[in-house]
Amino acid sequence: MHELGIAVAIVVATLRAATPLMLAGFGELITERSGVLNLGVEGMMLVGAAFGFIGAVVSGSLLVGFIIAMIAGAALALVFGVLTLSLMANQVATGLALTIFGVGFSALVGVKWVGMPLAGLPGAIWPHLSTAPPLVQQMMLIDPIVVIAILVPFAAHWFIYRTRGGLILRAVGESHDVAHALGYSVLRIRYLAVLCGGAMSGLAGAYMSLSYSPMWAENMVAGRGWIALALVVFSTWKPAWLALGALLFGLVTIAQFQAEGLGVAVSPNLLAMLPYLATVIVLVLISRDATRLKLNAPAALGRPFHATA
Amino acid sequence: MDASAPPPRLRLTGITKRYASVVANSGIDLSVGPGEIHALLGENGAGKSTLVKIIYGVVHPDEGEIAWEGRPVRIADPNAARALGIGMVFQHFSLFESLTVAENIALGLGAREGIGELTARIEEISRRYGLAVEPSRHVHHLSVGERQRVEIVRCLLQAPRLLIMDEPTSVLTPQEAEGLFDVLRRLASEGCSVLYISHKLEEIKALCEAATVLRGGRVVGGCDPRTSSEQQMAELMIGGELPVAHRRAPLKEGRASLIVANLSLPADEPFGTHLRDVSLTLRDGEILGVAGVAGNGQKELLAVLSGERRAPAADAVRIADVAAGLMGPAARRRLGLAFIPEERLGRGAVAEFPLTENALLTSYQHGLVRAGMVRFGAVEAYARQIIARFGVVAAGTQAQGSSLSGGNMQKFIVGREVGTNPRVLLAAHPTWGVDIGAALAIRQALMDLAAAGSGVLVVSEDLAELFEISDYISVLSGGRLSPPRRTHETTVEEVGLLMGGRMAGAARQHEARGVVDAA
Repeated sequence: MHELGIAVAIVVATLRAATPLMLAGFGELITERSGVLNLGVEGMMLVGAAFGFIGAVVSGSLLVGFIIAMIAGAALALVFGVLTLSLMANQVATGLALTIFGVGFSALVGVKWVGMPLAGLPGAIWPHLSTAPPLVQQMMLIDPIVVIAILVPFAAHWFIYRTRGGLILRAVGESHDVAHALGYSVLRIRYLAVLCGGAMSGLAGAYMSLSYSPMWAENMVAGRGWIALALVVFSTWKPAWLALGALLFGLVTIAQFQAEGLGVAVSPNLLAMLPYLATVIVLVLISRDATRLKLNAPAALGRPFHATA
Repeated sequence: MDASAPPPRLRLTGITKRYASVVANSGIDLSVGPGEIHALLGENGAGKSTLVKIIYGVVHPDEGEIAWEGRPVRIADPNAARALGIGMVFQHFSLFESLTVAENIALGLGAREGIGELTARIEEISRRYGLAVEPSRHVHHLSVGERQRVEIVRCLLQAPRLLIMDEPTSVLTPQEAEGLFDVLRRLASEGCSVLYISHKLEEIKALCEAATVLRGGRVVGGCDPRTSSEQQMAELMIGGELPVAHRRAPLKEGRASLIVANLSLPADEPFGTHLRDVSLTLRDGEILGVAGVAGNGQKELLAVLSGERRAPAADAVRIADVAAGLMGPAARRRLGLAFIPEERLGRGAVAEFPLTENALLTSYQHGLVRAGMVRFGAVEAYARQIIARFGVVAAGTQAQGSSLSGGNMQKFIVGREVGTNPRVLLAAHPTWGVDIGAALAIRQALMDLAAAGSGVLVVSEDLAELFEISDYISVLSGGRLSPPRRTHETTVEEVGLLMGGRMAGAARQHEARGVVDAA
């Protein structure tokens, strides 16, 4: 019974740690599959975290918080879209600027809310938590956002490979000129993909500030946006590999906490580095086949589209 | 006119399209009858592409009317064109490499039907017209001919009443082209009109019933290709008399200047071709034509000859008796190699540079740089000399590369490379997309260079061109190079079979002869 409890605790904790990466990663996967490289994930997550937290506290509703976070992420993505898609600014530079902006903007907006608890809201998303048996309490930590994060890979796989919309998305990312010649609106599809990526990043950020560690602190996303970006590339744009990468990150994060708890004589800073390092190393090993990387990469990734005719 | 006669399938009246600086189409009238195979003829820049884009709804005309089966219509986008019954097979195929045949077709149809039903319909059409395609294969595995069949099947699935074919045979072997003609004739006999764009006059004579000739964005005439001569049609196209290329004197056996020995090289790209045991010898004063459909290893062969990729061993490529296989492009150029790449802007020249700097790029080793300093006066003079000798149309030596038309840029690049007096010149598709006048000038320059004692290796898909200028022809197919044949001892049909990959049987017979030739 006790061992089962530990196993469940590890699985639950892993899922929770993997959730932000799963959400932001799949948002970015959709964006990149349309041929747009948005390096602003970290910034969009932070803005989502700040606005989600403020929204939840002000409105007294977590749901409102999450919705505001998604709108905030999408709004930032819209700025990126206008700059790179309509005005054809360089995607890499604009994405970096977006992250820098998001870091500063979220800190500015959230400065009054630093350290404030989620006052007046239930301690977690499920009510009556404290009266349930311990094992159920553990399971209850799987809040609806985690459930969404678990479903996202399946939904994304189904959408990308089984639906007509996914086919068009892949087509636009493969060759915007051909898609345009066939009569598809490249810019509209890319805008939708970029907005989807922004909303997912915002949601991921809000999960950080409303559930994972329910509070707002400056720069609290702590590089997860960058890891999500790296996961997308190293997963060679495949939903299954991306999901595995996110889970791996979650697992090593938990291992790191355990190691700290057991008092391993290693600097906590080194341990904190571990999830990032392990994820990157494993995925680099997976994706070292350059041919496969090229074969799966959206061929039009990062290239601006201008309808010449 | 007989009142009961059906209206033309498509009638354009006074179509005009202006861009910022040029008028692409000016007052164009065109009429295509039901079941008619109509040729649209013209040089590059004559306005053919703009006109078909207007018909297909990709571009909107500034003035003029389009009537479809007698009713005036406005074609807003390709979907509207398809809804009317207009299908188009693009010159550069509009297929997605990483998707399957069925997925590609689904994207082109815009219909919401499952891949399963679609697959059944694809198979039915491909049986009916003898167009072999496999719905579940990925496009990047397909040959160019197969890709074209996919495009045609995609059009046919919409039961088109007008099929636009943009330069469809430029990438086909002669046998594949003949197969395509059969399909088009069959479609025409079933009542589908065909608008056939090409500059290959012999094809138009064989296939089309009517022709409209464009020059400078205007209709300059129409003719019946079945009764007009190729000479007449060509002169209509270029608006003057066709210059005649001068065949040079037969060659003397020169010394070998470029030797490739048993070179095998894996592809470095997912969709690339592996080179398999390629051997060739190019002698001074000789033009060797390498025929073959693009994608059979041409890119890879040229990269390993020019030095952009290193050969596995120094000995695999010898230039002027030096083992050059491991040298980079600059070192090879110092041995007397010159290279005219396939892409003009981006590889042959820098679009943002003026012509003077583009001239300097590959010729700096030829007296244009002294003590590490550029001699701008000499560079200027060199650029001016190229422009004058090749009749490059440009706004002076300071004109940016991107401001020149493709044909003029190509003439400039050819001039620059020929001007270095190379021992060996590699030319990749030198006249691809170049108009007749410029193509003649380029071929003449290659022949003159060979007559002056250089070795010239020409990779081209244009068999007529290779037969015109080459002393020997080899065929590159699936990464293998056939033994060279003397041009006057072989035929287009024979080369066409080799291009189609029928090497095994034919090659053995040739091998014996190849050895005799070499001896």
